[in-house]
Amino acid sequence: MSLTNALIHLDQVSLGWRDRVALKDVSGTFEKGSLTAVVGPNGAGKSTLLKGLVGTLAPLAGRIRLGFDRVADMAWLPQAGELDRSFPLTVYDLVAMGAWRRTGWWKGFSQSEHARIHQALAAVGLDDFSRRIIGTLSGGQLQRALFARLMLQDAQLLVLDEPFAAVDSATTEDLLQLLQQWHNEGRTVIAVLHDLDMVRSCFPNTLLLAGQVVAWGQTEQVLTPENLHLARHLCAGDYL
Amino acid sequence: MTGLELLYSPFIEYAFMKRALAGSVALAFAAGPLGVVLVLRRLSLMGDALSHAILPGVAVGFLVAGLSLWAMALGGLVTGLLVAGLAGFVSRVTPLREDASFAAFYLMSLGLGVLLVSLRGSNMDLLHVLFGTVLGLDDAALLLVSMVASVALATLALILRPLVAECFDPGFLRSQQGRGSMSHMVFLVLLVMTLVAGFQVLGTLMVVGIMMLPAASARFWSGTVVGQMIVASVLGALASYLGLLFSFYANVPASAAIILLAGLFYFLSIVLGRTGGLWQAARQMRARRRQLHPAGS
Repeated sequence: MSLTNALIHLDQVSLGWRDRVALKDVSGTFEKGSLTAVVGPNGAGKSTLLKGLVGTLAPLAGRIRLGFDRVADMAWLPQAGELDRSFPLTVYDLVAMGAWRRTGWWKGFSQSEHARIHQALAAVGLDDFSRRIIGTLSGGQLQRALFARLMLQDAQLLVLDEPFAAVDSATTEDLLQLLQQWHNEGRTVIAVLHDLDMVRSCFPNTLLLAGQVVAWGQTEQVLTPENLHLARHLCAGDYL
Repeated sequence: MTGLELLYSPFIEYAFMKRALAGSVALAFAAGPLGVVLVLRRLSLMGDALSHAILPGVAVGFLVAGLSLWAMALGGLVTGLLVAGLAGFVSRVTPLREDASFAAFYLMSLGLGVLLVSLRGSNMDLLHVLFGTVLGLDDAALLLVSMVASVALATLALILRPLVAECFDPGFLRSQQGRGSMSHMVFLVLLVMTLVAGFQVLGTLMVVGIMMLPAASARFWSGTVVGQMIVASVLGALASYLGLLFSFYANVPASAAIILLAGLFYFLSIVLGRTGGLWQAARQMRARRRQLHPAGS
């Protein structure tokens, strides 16, 4: 692994909350243009790691070195459950939020920006839903809208927290295709996932967590029965 | 007098009614949209808490300068912002949730405020502060209310985009700006300002009503943030007008009448509202049943 190709380099990073260290001693590199799945049992620290990468959580120890501008080049997909579904917002306005870097607090939306929004809506199959209130969408449709927002952000690094939780298989397939497309465009994608079969078939790299790094590298070498057993064991130990 | 004249003649014949209408409508226009933001943030009770928090400051102003509008307003602004800041601080550094720490601080403020007012004033003064003097607005009070309402609305328009984005998805805005947004702080200042101006009109206890009742009603009429804000303003202004009229003819306290009218609109909205109202829900349910079981089949 050459350092010049590193987009994010973690050096003995520990992350956690006031009362608890959720993840300790993480060292490794996310390469530029890589497509990495982050997997692990519940409580393994997957979301915590993402929060550290995104910058909402400062490391308790160690360093996270970024080869890019965190604000300009990173897009973040929150867990859909963290959003208020009853919020009075149209699908169009939700997607338009993705243009934040270009419009800021006050600037108007140009013709080309509107065109981009329509393009993104079409790409996720929501052309006819632009005037709908998000409260009337199904879970899968909301996730499609959030993916459209990601497209509008046009970022080099995409960080996704459980993008396919509570989404039907047709939607998963469509959105997975978008992920592949972003990967082919040379963007770096990091996603927390639960479906190991999906990881095996679509994600070249995997990071297996269980309060620490269990294994990190090529998917087939990471997702071995021994590693998975070790991860389960490490996480269960916390609660015994 | 014709029936139509009954609807406007009090506001033409009596200067105090004219002033009352101007003051309460100005207040309603600013308070409604602010209330909508509070509802969206699930902080409906924070308006309540802050309106009590301005009481000790108002009382100190009253102790120092008597019934001076500007002294009381300044005092209220200071303690309101202080409580907002302290409550936010406590919920950030301890596990106590924001609503609980707000409750703790506003109850203390209420106690302190009542104690301070009664140190010098009579019960009458206390009633004025708690329930307002909408029928006795002087020029200074009218000026303060209209000024604050204008500033609040203009500033709200300026911070609307980040405020809504932060409300809906705080993590998104932080990732896009690299830091938390100032919009929430600005919003808190607007909120306290409006409550301070409003205590002159409706009193510290009632001013929250013109903020939250139209905002809660607006949810049943519009599916967008801006739409709800407009509805809230209009409903608040309408409640002010009808409330004043009712209080004039029925000879009941004006601020209570205004709030009760806003309450009536709230119930009407729950039943008749276009988005999520009970009547509409029942109609949709009937239509769906008919679809599934066509008559005669």
